[in-house]
Amino acid sequence: MSVAATTSRFKDNVHDALHDQRLQGALPHAKNFIGRRADAAARLPEFDALRDSARAIKDHTLAHLDLYLEAYERKVVEAGGHVHYARDSDEAVAVILGICKARDAKLVTKGKSMASEEIGLNAALEREDIAAIETDLGEYVIQLRGEAPSHIIAPAFHVTRDDIEADFRRAHRDLAPDRDLSRPEQLLSEARAILRDRFLSADVGVTGANFLVAETGTSIIVTNEGNGDLTQTLPKVHVVLASLEKITPTLNDVAQILRVLGRSATGQDMSVYTTLSTGPRRGGDPDGPEEYHVVLLDNGRSATLDGPFAEMLRCIRCGACMNHCPVYHAVGGHAYGWVYPGPMGAVLTPLLIGVAEGGQLPNASTFCGRCEAVCPMRIPLPNLMRTWREREFERRLTPPLARAALRLWAFFAKRPALYRLAVEPTMRGLALIGRRRGRFAWLPLAGGWTRWRDFAAPQGATFQSRWRAKSGAVR
Amino acid sequence: MSARDEIFASIRRSLKVGPVDAPRRDAVAARLAQAPVGIIPRRGQGEAAERLATFKSEAERVQATVAEVAAAADVPGEIARYLRENNLPATLRFGDDRRLADMPWPATALEIARGPSEGDDLNAVSAAFAAVAETGTLVLVSGADNPTTLNFLPDNHLVVVFAADVFADVENVFARLKATYGPGALPRTVNFITGPSRSADIEQTLLLGAHGPRRLHIVVVKD
Repeated sequence: MSVAATTSRFKDNVHDALHDQRLQGALPHAKNFIGRRADAAARLPEFDALRDSARAIKDHTLAHLDLYLEAYERKVVEAGGHVHYARDSDEAVAVILGICKARDAKLVTKGKSMASEEIGLNAALEREDIAAIETDLGEYVIQLRGEAPSHIIAPAFHVTRDDIEADFRRAHRDLAPDRDLSRPEQLLSEARAILRDRFLSADVGVTGANFLVAETGTSIIVTNEGNGDLTQTLPKVHVVLASLEKITPTLNDVAQILRVLGRSATGQDMSVYTTLSTGPRRGGDPDGPEEYHVVLLDNGRSATLDGPFAEMLRCIRCGACMNHCPVYHAVGGHAYGWVYPGPMGAVLTPLLIGVAEGGQLPNASTFCGRCEAVCPMRIPLPNLMRTWREREFERRLTPPLARAALRLWAFFAKRPALYRLAVEPTMRGLALIGRRRGRFAWLPLAGGWTRWRDFAAPQGATFQSRWRAKSGAVR
Repeated sequence: MSARDEIFASIRRSLKVGPVDAPRRDAVAARLAQAPVGIIPRRGQGEAAERLATFKSEAERVQATVAEVAAAADVPGEIARYLRENNLPATLRFGDDRRLADMPWPATALEIARGPSEGDDLNAVSAAFAAVAETGTLVLVSGADNPTTLNFLPDNHLVVVFAADVFADVENVFARLKATYGPGALPRTVNFITGPSRSADIEQTLLLGAHGPRRLHIVVVKD
């Protein structure tokens, strides 16, 4: 019952995104992340060594995932918490609904959680007449708009200030219609006041987790606003929803990964709030939840441990790959059509919803390699996208025309003499025909290219012929 | 098969391992018991005075303010000064922490309330369990001494840190937690707080005081 995907319509989505003037106005903000991350990395000489350390920790954990899960579960129960397992989104939703109904919950506050987007929790709660309120400012804004996040750490970054003002005026009808909301501070204050009231009256608080610590049975959230903490401290019940790969062996291991997480995400050395939660409130505690539940979501991750995509399970959801992706910068997050956008989404989406549905996303890459260069966990994203493309081709999911063209090219590529025989005269011919203008406004079989821009006229010699000439000269 | 059993079976199938595999179990038990320390940045290291200086500059970098006082008895005066100079009401709430309760509050004109926050307090003071020089981070633990609600509900959070509790890095704080609460055990909530609450969700503009405190003032007791 996860969120409906429009991933299979990726090409249309991209077309719409490129022609959406408002979106194109907002997208340049994504590039702000690049300088911030670079500055934070430059300020820490040990940054790259920490990336290696973080990667090694996750690889070790994934290779022993069953055993660390057992240890984690034991510690949660010891601390008075409950652990639930969910094979898929439907089971996770059912468990959380069960917890809410047992407490006769009417209002659920939510900290930011991509896993909750993945399982489509809000819609499921609403169907049962339980109000679910997103409390992260960006998530709150997109919930008012009925949209999905367009970025995993900045969910509303495609929305302008003017849009938010209009949304607030539409949603907060009890407030004076002539109030001034022209400054961002005023929007923030209004959201703070509205949500403060929700925090205090919520029955259940649902958060995600950045880490689940096997050593202590602790869940950890990393945030900046403080909404996650109010979500999990004030209601009587705290539910943590997390996917299996959030397991981390020890607190010292968490310390290693924390040092690359904030820097890669927002360029912060440390996010404002890193909160460790272990079980429900203790005897003598004046605040905190009475019940503590952890819902562990598989959704195909356990099967992913076998094969090339296991590396994707190191992902810590920092968003650096999309912040540095030229494709993401051009089309934003919604075009990807499901929960996870950008390069990490291009690899993860086919794993979670199938290659038939999500197989187009791995094609949305120029293979420039920036995502891999900045990934704190050193996930070989371009390679994994290439692996998906191969699978898409093997399973005959590529369009027939593209397959025919690739087959034709492969026929020549496998026969170098024939390839040269075909290509070299063509290039010489094109150079001759195009030499006056230096470019072509139209070329047969290249309409997809020349419809939008000119095709530069070749110089005549091919790379291979020049290489041969050069090597000959050296020899 | 239950969801739990099926997930464990699926993990083991993928990893091509059985449930009883002594070398794997030993590797996991050893890591959990030893909790090896990884790469520690140099930034937070140094003698006590150096650590304190790093803590202060890192905390100020993330928009916290820091004051130093010579002794615990000077804390109420410093807090009264801070509230006055920022035109904040002379009210304050804190928990049962003896270190705070024993301070000479009657010497100030502050109106003091005790216990957890219900959401209508403007100012709260907490005593930190520890602090981290590397990132200017405060570490607060839950309980009646310093209720967690005080860290998030009031507009202005004032935190008292004793200089001896300023550690180089989070690893040292974890060691201190282990020494205090026992191996593998923690209080219900441990808050690592680095600066006041913030959001950049409106057009990437950094705004302070999203849901948590708008101001974070740290008082370091040097004694």
